[in-house]
Amino acid sequence: MPAKKRHEKFQKVSIICVRGSLEDVYASLILTNGACLEGIQANLFFTFFGLDAITEKRMDSLHIAAIGNPALRLPGGIPFPTVIGTIPMMESLITSMMKAEMDKLSIPSVRELLEMIRDSGIGHIYACMLAMDMFRLKKSDLWDGVESVLTVGKFYELAAGGPIIST
Amino acid sequence: MPQKRIAGHTIDVDESGYMTNMSQWTKEIASALAKEVGINNLTDKHWAVIEYIQNAVKKGDALTIRSLGKSGIVDTKEFYELFPEGPLKKSTLISGVPKPAGCI
Repeated sequence: MPAKKRHEKFQKVSIICVRGSLEDVYASLILTNGACLEGIQANLFFTFFGLDAITEKRMDSLHIAAIGNPALRLPGGIPFPTVIGTIPMMESLITSMMKAEMDKLSIPSVRELLEMIRDSGIGHIYACMLAMDMFRLKKSDLWDGVESVLTVGKFYELAAGGPIIST
Repeated sequence: MPQKRIAGHTIDVDESGYMTNMSQWTKEIASALAKEVGINNLTDKHWAVIEYIQNAVKKGDALTIRSLGKSGIVDTKEFYELFPEGPLKKSTLISGVPKPAGCI
């Protein structure tokens, strides 16, 4: 039996968040915070609709995608036909239910996770310049923990030497 | 059950080096474990966090970065300053409790 190969620990990881639905944003936040907890330097780059997660006016009200989400189901495995997602307030209801479940597991809110990442000292949060231009956002519209607004070239520079994960 | 010699004592540990028998824990062992992970001096703040962690484990409370940050003992920034590069992993190792199994 060959000996189990031990790989070197990552020194750095860079994560890109492209979408603004709650579940996609959480994927990138947990990965980033998890890296910081392991002592791995983490860059988190928000682009396109992912910018919602770091826009002051939107970051506390991200929603679960309730339409066109084939994996969505109610607790207990009860099916959730996509057409039900079109009923007004259904998206909000599903989101509240999901948030309640997360709270039971002590999963922090989007804002709290971002703060923890920043407060670790080794987590860095960036916004995409192109997306900012597209959505006509200024840095003052963003959460104050965003370190800077980057071009894709600058992002690659910062990411060099470690893996890049796109969620 | 693997064992380890540290600070003149023999303690039971798991494969990652975490103590499996908290009754064997002493402050000297904690200081020695801390040195092994690069923390050369345990201040009053360190001991306060260690005590919090040990009490939480005894009560069966979850140990997450959020619960530590909201403990009233330290906030997230201080926690990372006290136990750099892996604060949850290091503080639990030094406290003689199992490594937290969660993702946060």
